[in-house]
Amino acid sequence: MNDVAIIGAGQSTFVRYYPGSVRELAFEGFSDALGHAGIAAADIDASVVCSAPEYDLQRSPAGVFAEYLGLNPGPTFYVETLCSSGSTGLKLAYSLIKSGLHDVVAVVGFQKMSEISSAETQERMGRGADIQWESPFGTMMPAYYAMYARAHMNAYGTAPEDLAAIRVKASTYGQLNDRAVYRKAVTADMFTDPDNMMSGSVASPLRVGDCCANADGSSCIIVASAERAKSLCDKPVWIRGIGSSSAPVNLAGRDLFTGLAVAREAAGQAYKMAGIGPKDVDVAEVHDCFTIAEMMAYEDLGFAGPGEGRDLINGKETYLNGSIPVNVDGGLLSKGHPIGATGGSQIRTIVLQLRGEAGEIQVPDASVGLVHNIGGVGLYGNVTILGR
Amino acid sequence: MGKKEKDERFRKFGTVSFTGTTRVNDFIDHLEQGKVTGTRCKSCGNTFFPPRADCWACRSSEMEWFDVQGTGRLVTFSTLAFGPKGFEGDLPYTIALVDFGAYKVFGRIADGIVESDLSIGMALAAKANPLADGRINYVFHKQ
Ligand SMILES: [Zn+2]
Repeated sequence: MNDVAIIGAGQSTFVRYYPGSVRELAFEGFSDALGHAGIAAADIDASVVCSAPEYDLQRSPAGVFAEYLGLNPGPTFYVETLCSSGSTGLKLAYSLIKSGLHDVVAVVGFQKMSEISSAETQERMGRGADIQWESPFGTMMPAYYAMYARAHMNAYGTAPEDLAAIRVKASTYGQLNDRAVYRKAVTADMFTDPDNMMSGSVASPLRVGDCCANADGSSCIIVASAERAKSLCDKPVWIRGIGSSSAPVNLAGRDLFTGLAVAREAAGQAYKMAGIGPKDVDVAEVHDCFTIAEMMAYEDLGFAGPGEGRDLINGKETYLNGSIPVNVDGGLLSKGHPIGATGGSQIRTIVLQLRGEAGEIQVPDASVGLVHNIGGVGLYGNVTILGR
Repeated sequence: MGKKEKDERFRKFGTVSFTGTTRVNDFIDHLEQGKVTGTRCKSCGNTFFPPRADCWACRSSEMEWFDVQGTGRLVTFSTLAFGPKGFEGDLPYTIALVDFGAYKVFGRIADGIVESDLSIGMALAAKANPLADGRINYVFHKQ
């Protein structure tokens, strides 16, 4: 069904430190998306702003941005699902349009991680977990994902080298992405060289090289009704499937530690809605905040069977020339992870792929793309399927 | 109008506590008595760890306490080389999840147990663990 389309997508360059305010940062992604769509702010009748508010100094940024981006007096909505806020924003935009309430909606994601110190950032990330029962033990995001990595290794024999191979792939493409924060080459040797920073332990068994970096950035997706999309856009990208899910925040409430239940649930919904299966996907963006997260995504999305993710990466099947190219824009591991902007950046990559505008990383004739965007440690899961 | 004193016993929980008040604050008293406790719904019998004040299944708020006893199996764990603000003095430390069958418990491995002593599936017991300055948490010990 061609009901709701993406008619433009943009993002700022992701950087360690953005030398400006959050409204100025948001303007960069927004302006890039308007240019891509070939429309003006006046064509947009509502906006959705996505971020994780604990990193923002500005309270209620949606209202501030609506003015700065020239979107007054249109309504604006603020959404948050931690690192998957952007995909949640897309789902809200889809709903606003599908309901007939609005015709053209801008989904603006942003985060300026550098507004607070790195230690504060880590502490606030930890507070995205259960502050009552887990945080007092000194938890951090890498440690939670490390617990999944440990369980995956124990169950399937996945090795640290298999995870390193995912980072090596990310850097292969990150070097080509001029909007990525980390553009240097990463080799497998770095993970075994004790003098190399990449080999340093963060939270066992995860090492520095297994983790993505914080970044400042913004993204914007322009979503439109079928009627408006046809009049405004030559190459609309249709939202074909949109799944989302939640899970217990405390690990004590969960049963699965070799994959993310939210990803499996959201993927099932999205595949069903789109009427397709994993084999029909031509190109995918998955939430690789850590290498283990991409490994589990292969399996949770059905690109590989349980425990077979390592074969997929070691066989280079997720490289550009493989059977299912994944994160050929460098992923979060290379681009960096400005929380609220991440989902929009993933969606943008797939939009460019489906429009044949992806340049060096173009998957030939890609017609179906998938975005897997996770909030917290599998607290929120979003899977979106896009098609030409 | 006299000011009612706030019950902020939960402030004592862990190295750094992020919240002070909960309707299961008695958990802290139990820890101070040397017991790790969860709650059981008096109406439908559901058991909860961490303890809950309210049962999601039958919406009853009539709970009774039970002791986390015996050993559970280590589900997974990680040793942190970096900690959040306020936890630097504890490093390195290991967080873990232990499965007791009817419920699981998230917590820390006792100091002195190193990573090479740990393997998934091994038996561990949860014990109350007084910390400096009157604070308290619980940790997992080998039997
Ligand atoms: Zn009950």
